[in-house]
Parts: sequence; structure tokens; C-alpha cells
Amino acid sequence: MPTKPESVTGNDTVIDVRDLSVHFGLRGSTLARLFGRDAGTVKAVDGVDLALRRGEVVGLVGESGSGKSTLGRALLGLVPITSGNVVFEGRDVGRMGRRELREVRSDIAMVFQDPNAALNPAMTVEVAVGDALRVQGVTSETERRERVVDALERVGLSPVELFLAKYPRDLSGGQKQRVVMARAIINSPTVLVADEPISMLDMSVRAKILQLMLDLKRDLDLSYVYITHDLASAKFFCDRIAIMYLGRIVEIGDTEEIFAHPRHPYTRALLKAIPDPDPARSVPRDLPRGEIPDAASPPLGCAFHPRCPVATATCGWESRDLRSLLEEHWTRRDAETYERERALVGDLDHLDTPATTARIGSGPPDQVRALLERIRAENPDEPLWQGVSEITEDGSGVVVRFHEGEDPDLRPAGGAEVACVLYGDDQG
Amino acid sequence: MRGVLKLLAKPFTDTVGLARWMLVIGVVITAAFIVCAVFAPWLAPYGFAQSAVDGTRFPKAGAPSGEHWFGTDRLFFDVLSRVIWGARTAIEVVILSILFCVVIGVPLGLVSGYFGGWPDRILVLVMDAIFAFPSFLLAIVFSFLLTGLFGGSVLAVALSLTAIYIPQYFRVVRNTTVSAKEATYVEAARAIGASDGVIMRRYLFGNVVQSVPVLATLNAADAILTLAGLGFLGLGIQSTDAAEWGHDLNRALADAGAGIWWTGLYPGLAIVLLVTGLTLVGEGLNETLNPTLRRRRLLPVVMPARESTTEEAR
Repeated sequence: MPTKPESVTGNDTVIDVRDLSVHFGLRGSTLARLFGRDAGTVKAVDGVDLALRRGEVVGLVGESGSGKSTLGRALLGLVPITSGNVVFEGRDVGRMGRRELREVRSDIAMVFQDPNAALNPAMTVEVAVGDALRVQGVTSETERRERVVDALERVGLSPVELFLAKYPRDLSGGQKQRVVMARAIINSPTVLVADEPISMLDMSVRAKILQLMLDLKRDLDLSYVYITHDLASAKFFCDRIAIMYLGRIVEIGDTEEIFAHPRHPYTRALLKAIPDPDPARSVPRDLPRGEIPDAASPPLGCAFHPRCPVATATCGWESRDLRSLLEEHWTRRDAETYERERALVGDLDHLDTPATTARIGSGPPDQVRALLERIRAENPDEPLWQGVSEITEDGSGVVVRFHEGEDPDLRPAGGAEVACVLYGDDQG
Repeated sequence: MRGVLKLLAKPFTDTVGLARWMLVIGVVITAAFIVCAVFAPWLAPYGFAQSAVDGTRFPKAGAPSGEHWFGTDRLFFDVLSRVIWGARTAIEVVILSILFCVVIGVPLGLVSGYFGGWPDRILVLVMDAIFAFPSFLLAIVFSFLLTGLFGGSVLAVALSLTAIYIPQYFRVVRNTTVSAKEATYVEAARAIGASDGVIMRRYLFGNVVQSVPVLATLNAADAILTLAGLGFLGLGIQSTDAAEWGHDLNRALADAGAGIWWTGLYPGLAIVLLVTGLTLVGEGLNETLNPTLRRRRLLPVVMPARESTTEEAR
């Protein structure tokens, strides 16, 4: 297993991302659009700061839907930037014209997740790799061929003559990914954005491709933005790691620091989720419960609080959490009890509008309150109950009030920066 | 050279059973008509508007004989010659109209599908409107307008056929473009700095035109019928401009009651045969190229006999 090269500690920033937001408008129904009703936006990237230094490998790690790929695409200007800046060598990518963007795209290259889809099925390897030169204005066919041969050799596809005339369908997954790499490096870029470059490959090929990326970094003086959901490969590959959750960076720091002292509960959960080759260890890891929330209406307060095992009173508890608590409770009940309790609680759909007060019940208020007390007694450790400030009886139901939540910013904590209420400015 | 031949023979070698024979029969019939069209001046005994040879008039509506194999009609024209020359007219019109359809419809669909937005919506609406009309009615209207413009020429008829077939090409190309432009390789092309024009030309075009050949052959059959229909109604090409089967049929209508069967039979037979041939080619190609219909020919694998065992057996 090759080892990670020593971190380069130059302070010279290549890409500076400042307070970047990328929001996508949702397409509502035709009728809604006709009346100008807004279908809402998905905040794919929401206020991210990130600096990539020369010769550095920064990992963006997160689950599907955390916005890591969108952030990577924004670096090349492939997605429209809503606000903030992506500054590459002193110029703002978001405000570039067509020609400038084309130039930038020869300096920042991208490798995609699925090598099977990233190559045009109608182009041979030579044409596909050479096209990166052609669009950058290299018109001489002989020069293109020379450089294509050189690039293919660099990515380890030799004998080159064997590959030049092949179509993507004739190549294996690893070979295709090498062709994609060759296309990415042929314009001698300074930054390579690698979007899960090994996740679609066979296990046996992954290490080789990662090693190739390290070799290319050494030979061509590249900086990497390495996007992945696989912390194990990030540990091997990255100098710094940024953990993303729902469009934000929740923790960022040197790889050693993140792995030795994970601070954010989400980081801890991700670390626990790394498969362990020890067969003696069984599976009871407390993985984050549930799924990543809907990015179109993220939770109030800290976006991670509904899944957080150590959430506090001020994490932003709200009506939707109450609904999932009740529904989860019912999964453990028989049908009869469910029908009875359901009738008592009444319709829950109005809880979907996020609010810090929730009114439930369509029966005697004391019975509704008793039901909630019963659920609480079953699992008193459930973090939601810390967030409840009071339960008052009101007509034919109860009103549950929650503490006002706090949306934590990234704050320095120890050797890293963490966005969590547990880590204030003064704490380590 | 061998590679080209192999590629051309691919639909044949790849298919089996019905699809293969449809393709073969279709190609043979169509090829026969194309030969007639190309070599009409040498194959046809007389000109299409020739009513006399060496000063002697042909018989009026003469029955088939040694001199006039398919007989002559009331205008003293030789029916065999007109059938052969008619193949030339038909093929000319079909090729021209398909050419226009491809040259206009494919780029239009590509651009419209790629950029989307309101121009795309308007184009789709217009094309759907054309598509919704009874196509023959539309062809009549267009040939009416266009014959005023170009005269009763091949070009005018070809253009009116183009107008009714273009929505099909537009839709097929536009819809495949809409799905193909979401592919990763298109984003990869953008990531290396390719402009929209480059993406459309070098990345999308080759991947969206694949169903156009099948569409073109199937449309060709339909176009022959529409052309004949227009000729039958007296719109389009006149007898003295070119030989046209539909128009000849129209004139043969009066003959049928008088027991003159040859003026109607042969042009009609020609229409039926060519339409059948083209349809067979189209359907055969469809079965070959369309992966949901295709049945691949399985080549039997013959293992060489194991030498040691055979020797032992001896």
C-alpha cells in the first residue's frame, strides 16, 4: 500500500471559495408556475468557505445529497452560482465570460464518477482525449496526436497504439477511468476536481487509480479536490478533509486531526460507518438514524439535529421532529393501539410546516398529554424531549412548544473547525 | 474496402429468420426500381412523352403487343416506357424530400432539444400542429401553394412532402437530444471547455441520428403513396413534364369501363411493388437496428474435436 506524500505547507491559495451558495429552483406544476407561485429552492450549497492551497489534496466528504458534487462543479463554473465567489488565481469564476471560462476549464479539470458515462460512445480514445486540446484551440492534428500519446502513456495505458483507435465500449472500467484522466491532464491543469473517481470501479482497480492520481500529482504539480463518500479512501489520499452535510461544511481540518479527534457528531457517525475488516467485531455501531433530510426544506437550527445522538435543547427542535417521533412510536405498536392513538392525536399533516410550536390532538387534552408522557417514559433519553420547553393543554389537544434553535457556524475547536453547538469559541 | 462491405452487410449477417427475408426481399425490389430509375433512358423503349417513332404514330389505346409490351394509352404513349420513367420521378421526389427533411429537421431538432426554453416549446407546438393535420390534406394544400411558386415540377412536390414529414424527424431528434444532453459525457465535454456548438456537433449529433435511417425508409414508402395520390388528383406533376404513376392511373380511370385494363394495371402494380419493397426494407432495418425488437443471430460454436480421445478411440 503506497503511503500518502508529506503535506505541502505552501500558503499559496489556488482556489478560494468565499461564502458560496448554489440554489436550484424547483419546478412546480404548470399551474403553480402560471400563477407565479414559487415551488421553493433546494440549497445544494449554502454558504461554503474553502481554500485550496497549491499542491494540496482537499477531500469533500458527505452522504449523497450533501452538495459535495455541486460544490465541485461550481469550481469549474458548471453550475450557476447564486451568491458568493469562486476565486481562481485572482479571477472570479462566477463572473467569467464564455472565453474566460474556456480558459479556466483548461486549468481546472474534472474527473467524473462513472467512467462508463463520461466518454462519448461515438468517439475513439484518440478523438476523445484529443478533443480536450481541440476545443482549447490546438488545430494541428499531428501535435494533438503527439500530446494524446504522451498523456495516455502518463496514465499508464501502454502500448498506446493499442488504445488509440478503441471505442469506450472496448475498454474496461479502470481503462476508461484512465482515459478520462488522460483527457483531464492533457491541458496541464493546476487543479483536478475528482468527483468520486473510484466509487464505480472494482476494488482491485481502486488502489491503482488512487496511486495513479498520486503519481500525476507529483509529476504534474497538481492540486486536488477529492469528492467522496468514502472516508477510508479520503484518509489515505487527502491532506485536509471537509465534512459536508446538507450543503454546508460541518467540520474541516487536517486529515490526522479529523481521524484522531472527530468532533462533530456527524463526523463521528461517518467514522463509525467505515467497514471494519475485523470479523470478530459485530455491527452494533450507532449509525445516524433515518435519511438525509429534504434539502428543499431543511430542518430548523442545525440541519443534523433530527439524526444526532447527542443533540441538545437548542439544536432546533420543531414540529416535523414530533411527527417522526410519533410515527416511529407507532411502528412498534399493534394495529389496534395504532388506530386508537391515531384517533386521539388526529391529523398530522399540518406538522410538516416547520415551526417551533406544534398543536396536536383531536380528543381530550389530558389523554393526549398522557400519550406523550407514555412515549416519553418509553425512551426518556430521546433527545427531542430536551428541546420541549412546555406542553400546554388547549381546547381539544395540546400545544407543544420547543426551545428556539441555534444554527451553528463553523468555529475553531482544537485543531479543526466545527459547526456544532457543543463546540463554542472557547471550548476545545 | 472489406470493412465497408462488412459494415454494409451487417444488417444482413446480424439477422435471422423473418427479419432477414423481409430485408432481402425489400432490398431486391427497391434495387430493381432504382435500376429502372437510373437507367430509364436505356431501359425504356421510348420516351415518356413520345407518341410516335420515325413519323409513325403509336396506336391509340393499343393492346399489349410485341412492339408495345404493356400496350399504349389514349394519348398514344407507351405504357411500359411510362412505368419505367415513372420510377425515376418517384425516386427523385422521395430522395429530394428525405434530403430536405434530414437537412432541415435534424439540425432543428438538435438545437431545439439542446437549448430548450420557449423557442423549443413553440417549435414543438408548431410541429405537433402539423402532425395533427391529416397529412394528405396538408400535402394537397402545400402542393397547391408550391406549384404556384415553382410550377408543376418535381421540386414543388418534393417540398410539399417535406412539409408533412418534417415533424417526425424533428420529434425523434429533439426527444433523443433532450435525453442525451443530460448524459455525463456532455457535462464532461463542457468541463473541458467545449462550446454549445461543439457539443452539438461532435458529441450529440452522432448519438441522436441513429434512428433517422429507419424513419427515412419507412417515410419513403409513405411518400410514394402520397405522391401517387397527389398525381391522381391532378395536382403536382403533369404528363408532359414527367411520367407519374398516380397521374397515369387517373387517366386510366376512364379506360377501365371500356375494357382497357393495361393502362391502369401496370402503373398501379408499380406503386404497390415499390411501396411494399420500401416498407419491407424499413421494417427489416427496424428489426435489425431496434434493440427491443431485434433477435440476434447466434453463431454456433464448433469446438474442435479432442484429438487425444479420438486417437484413443481408434
